[in-house]
Amino acid sequence: MREILTVALLLIGTMFMLVGAIGILRMPDLLSRMQATTKSMTLGAVGLLLAVAVHFDQVGVTFRTVLVIAFYFLTAPIAAHMIGRAAYFTGVPLWSGTLFDELSGKYDPSAHTLDSFEPVSSDDSSAAADTPETP
Amino acid sequence: MIFDDGSLLAATLTAVMVILTISLFCSLIRLIIGPTLPDRVVALDQFATMVVGVIAVYSIASQSPAMLRSAIVLALVSFLGTVAFARYTEKRGTR
Repeated sequence: MREILTVALLLIGTMFMLVGAIGILRMPDLLSRMQATTKSMTLGAVGLLLAVAVHFDQVGVTFRTVLVIAFYFLTAPIAAHMIGRAAYFTGVPLWSGTLFDELSGKYDPSAHTLDSFEPVSSDDSSAAADTPETP
Repeated sequence: MIFDDGSLLAATLTAVMVILTISLFCSLIRLIIGPTLPDRVVALDQFATMVVGVIAVYSIASQSPAMLRSAIVLALVSFLGTVAFARYTEKRGTR
């Protein structure tokens, strides 16, 4: 029973990883390639690590694999967001079939901030009073 | 190593290792081709995640869970490297 579950989890994880690897080769655009990486690869790694946890059936191993899975779920979106933002703001070419670009006029190209962003600043008070006001 | 057991798990482990190697090569091709720097960063992140998968499969095959600690460290370091690349790219500007 445990062996069948291990085999199933191994195959599921590997299929997700293969899909992610094919995706990064065939996708036309950087931002599309990032979808293959973050979504598909994370699920593939989760599947393989769950297979390890089921196979060994010890408390220490299960704890470590759950730790890695939780870490992936926390950090993969952060990494994808940072790379996507850096690539978009430095002008990576979008795919020619892109229908419309939602951010195209709405950001400040030198400061890399959106137009709706208002920094918390004291308008005409002295330098001693520098506690920021939360809106 | 249980690759030569003849059981279903051994055959699955062999097939999984072959498919993971092919996936590693795909990511390596994107690392070489990728026309921009963020392409290569994404390919490296994917490569590290696949190596974590290879470590997991190897730890099943060799029946010892001792290599999972290096999987944790690799996941951490690859995330930090990706974040550092992203900040460097954004500070460098358009090129």
